[in-house]
Amino acid sequence: MALKMVKGSIDRMFDKNLQDLVRGIRNHKEDEAKYISQCIDEIKQELKQDNIAVKANAVCKLTYLQMLGYDISWAAFNIIEVMSASKFTFKRIGYLAASQCFHEGTDVIMLTTNQIRKDLSSPSQYDTGVALTGLSCFVTSDLARDLANDIMTLMSHTKPYIRKKAVLIMYKVFLKYPESLRPAFPRLKEKLEDPDPGVQSAAVNVICELARRNPKNYLSLAPLFFKLMTCSTNNWVLIKIIKLFGALTPLEPRLGKKLIEPLTNLIHSTSAMSLLYECVNTVIAVLISLSSGMPNHSASIQLCVQKLRILIEDSDQNLKYLGLLAMSKILRTHPKSVQAHKDLILQCLDDKDESIRLRALDLLYGMVSKKNLMEIVKKLMTHVDKAEGTTYRDELLTKIIDICSQSNYQYITNFEWYISILVELTRLEGTRHGHLIAAQMLDVAIRVKAIRKFAVSQMSALLDSGHLVASSTQRNGICEVLYAAAWICGEFSEHLQEPHQTLEAMLRPKVTTLPGHIQAVYVQNVVKLYASILLQKEQAGETEAAQEVTQVMVERLPQFVQSADLEVQERASCILQLVKHVQKLQAKAVPVAEELSALFAGELNPVAPKAQKKVPVPEGLDLDTWINEPPSDSESEDEKSKTIFREEEQKHTQHRQPEVDEAELARRREARKQEQANNPFYIKSSPSPQKRYQDAPGVEHIPVVQIDLSVPLKVPGLPTSDQYVKLEEERRHQQRLEKDKKKKRKREREREKKGKHRRQRSLPTESEEDIAPAQQVDIVTEEMPENALPSDEDDKDPNDPYRALDVDLDRPLADSEKLPVQKHRNAETSKSPQKEDVPLVEKKSKKPKKKEKKHREREKEREKEEQRKPSRHKKQHRKEKAGRSKGKKAKQQPPTCAEAAGPVENGAAEEEPLPPMSSYCLLAENAYIKMTYDIQASLQKESQVTVSIILENQSSSFLKNMELNVLDSLNTKMARPEGSSVHDGVPVPFQLPPGVSNEAQFVFTIQSIVMAQKLKGTLSFIAKDAEGATHEKLDFRLHFSCSAYLVTTPCYSDAFAKLLESGDLSMSSIKVDGISMSFQNLLAKICFHHHFSVVERVDSCASMYSRSIQGHHVCLLVKKGEKSVSVDGKCSDSTLLGNLLEEMQVTLAQC
Amino acid sequence: MIQAILVFNNHGKPRLVRFYQRFPEEIQQQIVRETFHLVLKRDDNICNFLEGGSLIGGSDYKLIYRHYATLYFVFCVDSSESELGILDLIQVFVETLDKCFENVCELDLIFHMDKVHYILQEVVMGGMVLETNMNEIVAQIEAQNRLEKSEGGLSAAPARAVSAVKNINLPEIPRNINLGDLNIKVPNLSQFV
Repeated sequence: MALKMVKGSIDRMFDKNLQDLVRGIRNHKEDEAKYISQCIDEIKQELKQDNIAVKANAVCKLTYLQMLGYDISWAAFNIIEVMSASKFTFKRIGYLAASQCFHEGTDVIMLTTNQIRKDLSSPSQYDTGVALTGLSCFVTSDLARDLANDIMTLMSHTKPYIRKKAVLIMYKVFLKYPESLRPAFPRLKEKLEDPDPGVQSAAVNVICELARRNPKNYLSLAPLFFKLMTCSTNNWVLIKIIKLFGALTPLEPRLGKKLIEPLTNLIHSTSAMSLLYECVNTVIAVLISLSSGMPNHSASIQLCVQKLRILIEDSDQNLKYLGLLAMSKILRTHPKSVQAHKDLILQCLDDKDESIRLRALDLLYGMVSKKNLMEIVKKLMTHVDKAEGTTYRDELLTKIIDICSQSNYQYITNFEWYISILVELTRLEGTRHGHLIAAQMLDVAIRVKAIRKFAVSQMSALLDSGHLVASSTQRNGICEVLYAAAWICGEFSEHLQEPHQTLEAMLRPKVTTLPGHIQAVYVQNVVKLYASILLQKEQAGETEAAQEVTQVMVERLPQFVQSADLEVQERASCILQLVKHVQKLQAKAVPVAEELSALFAGELNPVAPKAQKKVPVPEGLDLDTWINEPPSDSESEDEKSKTIFREEEQKHTQHRQPEVDEAELARRREARKQEQANNPFYIKSSPSPQKRYQDAPGVEHIPVVQIDLSVPLKVPGLPTSDQYVKLEEERRHQQRLEKDKKKKRKREREREKKGKHRRQRSLPTESEEDIAPAQQVDIVTEEMPENALPSDEDDKDPNDPYRALDVDLDRPLADSEKLPVQKHRNAETSKSPQKEDVPLVEKKSKKPKKKEKKHREREKEREKEEQRKPSRHKKQHRKEKAGRSKGKKAKQQPPTCAEAAGPVENGAAEEEPLPPMSSYCLLAENAYIKMTYDIQASLQKESQVTVSIILENQSSSFLKNMELNVLDSLNTKMARPEGSSVHDGVPVPFQLPPGVSNEAQFVFTIQSIVMAQKLKGTLSFIAKDAEGATHEKLDFRLHFSCSAYLVTTPCYSDAFAKLLESGDLSMSSIKVDGISMSFQNLLAKICFHHHFSVVERVDSCASMYSRSIQGHHVCLLVKKGEKSVSVDGKCSDSTLLGNLLEEMQVTLAQC
Repeated sequence: MIQAILVFNNHGKPRLVRFYQRFPEEIQQQIVRETFHLVLKRDDNICNFLEGGSLIGGSDYKLIYRHYATLYFVFCVDSSESELGILDLIQVFVETLDKCFENVCELDLIFHMDKVHYILQEVVMGGMVLETNMNEIVAQIEAQNRLEKSEGGLSAAPARAVSAVKNINLPEIPRNINLGDLNIKVPNLSQFV
């Protein structure tokens, strides 16, 4: 042995340590990857050795390689080994590696539960500390559930070092296991007043994080925080608290009023900029919440703005940045106070620092008015030209569009100017926001009817210019603009000056280099254009010209037919056939233009983006019920739906209405109304006063808003937006002059009035026909479905992880709410299974199965609902039970240090080794149903076990009236509801729809546990399907093994040694040959199936311990030889030991 | 919450990578690279905040960084953290490194990545600030070092001797980035107790 040790350490001299590895990598700059792969091979060798120091060294090196981007998850098991080393040095290495590479998906993570629990209760505070730190990085929901109670105990540890870590990690536990929040909260609150500032700071930290997500639940803590704020001197704590108040004030304005004074004092007194800044921020939040705008608060606003101005003017860029950031918050509610500092902000636009420019841009958004919009955008355009980095330029671009389009184009007085700005923006190479520009072009062209003519002329120029086609390499690049241009030219082709030329432009061969979706729009709109040209030519009687156009189409379209894009190809070949048909008709001199145009008849209305979502669900329609059988595996669904709706936008392109006269419109409207009245499926709009426009279903009644424009419409070629600025100035000047002159004229006054109201939606106009000589611009509002409910709730994300933490913390704790103390999953004492439905719902979620995913989700939702709207009777129900059975358990939180010494029991299910094992084994199965079961025992109930049976419906029938009955033996009896005889069955408290599984629990009482038992039983049920119902039966034999009576109980080696020395244990042993499994897995298997825990492990020898529910101690010594395993057992009952070893032999024989 | 802490040198070589949210290794490397390119083009005299954008988490997150001689220290934090506070925390972290390594330089970080992690663990835990008091941090680290020493450390004596022999081969490397002359001017920040 000694020789081996020496040899080992000599070997180790030549192992690389971390420093050698780093040095090696630095010396192999040319073939780094090769060198590292060589090192990884070495590490793999080292990991195979038994010496823990070698392993730790290897894991340490792996951690370094992880930083360089190498996946080290393959070594997860070795990392766990190093974590469980007894020396702190190694343990720390293990936990560090684990914290870097473990995550929710690491399968071996469940093996760590017991190790971590042991470390948490270690007498050395640094072992505990290192475990807490590691756990904070890789805690999973299972770990959180199993360890929550241990961590909560640590929150009252004697050492502040541990306390603060325990407090901090609770936040992670809450996130992963939200049920722990309520039970743990009182203690967390306690820690706010901990004597140690570090612990206090940690508690503030955690509560601030929690409150940030669900502030309303923490309002009741405000007085406590208020006290802390006035007495704390720790700036970290102060900042956190002040930030927290910022989140709370919007919910409680009274709090805000109270805060103003101390905060103002702090602002005046503190010398720490960070604190000053946060104070200003919170004052702003307070002022926003007190939106009533009381006069005495204007002083506070002034103070804030002043302080911020000082920050912005500071030479320190960081302060400048933050000043601008805070300024933008004030802007939202008090734009006037900020607008006074416009000079400063415009100055910041020229700053050399990009972050500062971006912040200044944000502020600009709120500073524009009708008066200065053109000027500001002009300034931004010059920045666009100067900006070299694309990110900043893109940011500028989006800002320009944001600024212009804000509140329904509120500040735009001249849309021609806006269109030309958009066109100018298309000259940006390499931007990623082509799509944004395109969307704006479409929006403006569709909704501002008066601008269409101008827009079309600009768009046709864009199509013609070709520079965009050349830059078509990037998806969503600037070429996206062509999508809009093509569509606008096609849709509003009647406005085109030279449709023929545009048609030519759209049929150029280069177009085929564009992305598919743009080509598709090209193809579709070429036809629209073609139809309109044809109509023109035919009306003018130029049949030859018409045929020429057709010829051009027939010649050029084939290039699209060959497209690799399915959509383009399909459209093109369809259209090509159509055009060929037209050609034939033309040859016979049949007029076709009218019919062709009819293809695109119909007016297009803009539909609000949320319109679809707002369609109310009709009464009596339940969207949650299945129409057909639920699909067994729904994974591919998502992808499918995506492809169906991908090209949704292009649906716009289908309807068009050429000029229709008033009479025709009226006729159609009438017809439509008639049709709707007769159609039982049409949801009639109920006349609602707040949505006036719903009364009129016709397009013509969409309210339009008018803007007077006196600018001549036609600007030849691609204009520069600058000229509009000049024109606008002139126009305004003129207006002013006119106003001055004609001040007294009544008519003018009316017009002025009109001008003031011009954006209000409630001004519907009769029709667009009465366009006055002064140009009118109509902004068509977006359509919403009838009965749509105005609401904002649709931006909430249902998958928000913080949502689960939204619980009422002030409600007193119910008895049922406590952290799971390490116990074997067990049922309540002496209660009949049918009363179990409530805990069942909770327990079930442990065993996720794909098939029942849907079912489970709904179940969860139901659970949540129950939590949210606490159903009275449920709580009472729980209390009843708790009162009956939990007398013993009420004090299950042992005092801090006592736990470290005493044995801790642990859940057996966590000991799963790499090949996942299930403790559930098959009970019986037939065509209808499959039953798997597991037996759980608990130390608290010495003559009772709980049998959990998972019933899975395998048929397409609906299973109900399930009843389970067993033939009791003298020793083992099933607990039945009071008043029923021993021959009665126990009903299963649920029904099973097809494909669904659920778990039922039954309690059995046992007298002697030293022998295994088999009970015969029957499950009877009614299977109901389309043909009818049949009565069915399934027989089974329930096997109570001796291992089932054991409960995993950790034992420390000294206690274990004493036990063995005591001498009142009888001994027996077995030996199994032909074992190939690794020792670690072998132990894991014994732990898992026979509920043992490892006391100590030395190389290939381990001592294990377990305890029966009736208090028998069972000690094992497991030794692994070459291909065999020997197990020596000692137990206070020889029969039990014999039976246990027999069972173990069966398990081991399978290894 | 702090989402990630990255330390890399002027050439983008990672020296410490600590994510508090799971990212696969390739993504981690990508984030390090992109972050490096973001901070690299920034002069030393412009502000130390920048919007991380698409890198981690989205618009709620910010990158707060400091540049010391050859090293960038970058913290990615969400809006619950005070920007100036984090800047100060970086200073605390670096000063702690300086104390623990006695005139810290990039080489210390290169060869003792594990130790740097242990120091960081006393400052930030699971993405939340654990301790801001430097004396407390240093005291805890020293206590743990003593504990490690009493256990004999990772490399026993013979291995250390070999290591000394190996050290002869050490390539020419820049020595000592002294903290004193790298101090970035931070206004009134060291108010934290």
